[in-house]
Amino acid sequence: MIDINAPVTDPGVKNALDKRGNARESLLPILLEVVKENSFLTDTAMKEIAGALDISSAEVFGVASFYEFLPIGYNGKNTIRVCKNISCYIEGKDEIIKAIEDFLKIKAGETTRDGKFTFKTANCLGWCHKGPAMLINDTPHTDLTPEKAIALISEYT
Amino acid sequence: MARSPFPKKISDSHKRVDLIFSELPTEKTLQKIIKMTPDRIIRDITDSGLRGRGGAGFPTGRKWTYAREAEGDEKYIICNADEGEPGTFKDREILDRRSGKVFLGMAIAAKAVGANRGFIYLRGEYSYMAKDLLGEIDEFNKLLTSKSVDFKIELRLGAGAYVCGEETALIESMEGHRGEARNKPPFPATVGFRGKPTVVNNVETLVYATMIISIGPKKFEELGTKYSHGAKVFCISGDAGLKGMFELELGMKTDEFVNIFGDGATKAVQVGGASGQCVPRKKFKDTILGFEGVPTGGSMMLFNSSRSMYNVLKNYLEFFTEESCGQCTPCRVGCQQLLRGIEAVKTGRLPNTYLDDLIRVAKTMRITAKCGLGQSVANPFISIVDNFREEMMHF
Ligand SMILES: Cc1cc2nc3c(=O)[nH]c(=O)nc-3n(C[C@H](O)[C@H](O)[C@H](O)COP(=O)(O)O)c2cc1C
Ligand code: SF4
Repeated sequence: MIDINAPVTDPGVKNALDKRGNARESLLPILLEVVKENSFLTDTAMKEIAGALDISSAEVFGVASFYEFLPIGYNGKNTIRVCKNISCYIEGKDEIIKAIEDFLKIKAGETTRDGKFTFKTANCLGWCHKGPAMLINDTPHTDLTPEKAIALISEYT
Repeated sequence: MARSPFPKKISDSHKRVDLIFSELPTEKTLQKIIKMTPDRIIRDITDSGLRGRGGAGFPTGRKWTYAREAEGDEKYIICNADEGEPGTFKDREILDRRSGKVFLGMAIAAKAVGANRGFIYLRGEYSYMAKDLLGEIDEFNKLLTSKSVDFKIELRLGAGAYVCGEETALIESMEGHRGEARNKPPFPATVGFRGKPTVVNNVETLVYATMIISIGPKKFEELGTKYSHGAKVFCISGDAGLKGMFELELGMKTDEFVNIFGDGATKAVQVGGASGQCVPRKKFKDTILGFEGVPTGGSMMLFNSSRSMYNVLKNYLEFFTEESCGQCTPCRVGCQQLLRGIEAVKTGRLPNTYLDDLIRVAKTMRITAKCGLGQSVANPFISIVDNFREEMMHF
């Protein structure tokens, strides 16, 4: 049962609702805001958003689970996304992925033990002429070499 | 590898153009728009022969006419900056360098159809641009207010879903739902955002609209060919001697293109991204890059003889399998079956005649999938399997 009058306890949710309001149409901006604050969405956060928007929590989950940038359950503080499409493949994305996996000691799709990094491969990031490319959180990095990629990631450790 | 220097003149018939990234005074152009009637705008855009640059190539003047004639107390203009097609990176660059011309294009569309709200749907992967863009939008909105123009632009961010570039999925996403495409018809021009008439246009299309109003429809119409007027920004990647963005007249032959941008060993060009067509070397001579031949939303990926076209196709199918919204069976199941099918043929688990069965699946998807994503999987699939059948088994 969702109590629409229940107080919002998650500070990330509170901040998102303050910023984005509680119109049904604002669901996506709200979810993005929460992820920016909290790195991922918890059941509590989704339930509280559902309450504030007066919709079912299943609906919130349904929307969140559709989008790549709305991780549910758990995600590292920083997200690394390396493009795996064909142009970046030609530019050598496999070496970049291997170097990052070795450096962070995790496989693509996993999160480091200390929760600092989630490493993923991604579809086209829009830098095909300057591949290999990756995003660290919002920031794009291009013309990567394995050394350059590791140096960039090290800045976040 | 041979690197060809970029010639001043690309060929005798088709040249480099500088419309998209040229400078244009915002306020002066806005004043010109304010003085124009909606009829005049639509006539100019129609006369220019402009067709959508987002991939589907729908005549822009006609789209605006539908939206103009549609009943609605509110109408909307949406600038599609979702740019998810692999191999495309022009819309980011345009918004980065010439956002004012995009906003002007939206204002032109708004005046033409009678809209007073506009939205830019920017893909999540480009959210690093949001801060600057918001400032520029704010400034433009202030300019509109100072000229008493009843139009306002807002920014909306996507969250990492290729299908949200499809106009009805984009609208669903903007309404806060899963990005699942709607049935068409009705088209957004009559029933769109919040159920109201909505024009969805690509970033580049809007900038051309601005330039057509600025230089007049005739100068634009004269560029290109009888069926493909004007120019477009080509995004070149892969095994290319020359990579990046180049604005070229439409209608160039693929062999001319390869001579300029290839690395000397080009064996195929994928025109239009993962959802586009593969043109093999033997067809370079007769394939026109334009609406009368093979159209592109901008993506041009070159492959040389060292590449396995099996790997290329597999990469595309993995992309579609991940990005299918899963709403309709032909696409959800079809993408997976095509991917597993070529893997089975490659490893010899199934005979190569199975490729013909897969082509039938792809053709069925073209007819039965609900949106353009599932419908267009057949483009790369059939063009690559037909032209590189050997490589599906051996390379
Ligand atoms: C799967 C899919 C993805 C699409 N992605 C984009 C996109 O990223 N940008 C875009 O402008 N159009 C995209 N389109 C085309 C849009 O549906 C629509 O036709 C276009 O935005 C209309 O604008 P235009 O007429 O100016 O080209 C996509 C279509 C499909 C089927
Ligand atoms: S064709 Fe694919 S992406 Fe489009 S509605 Fe069907 S499942 Fe979704």
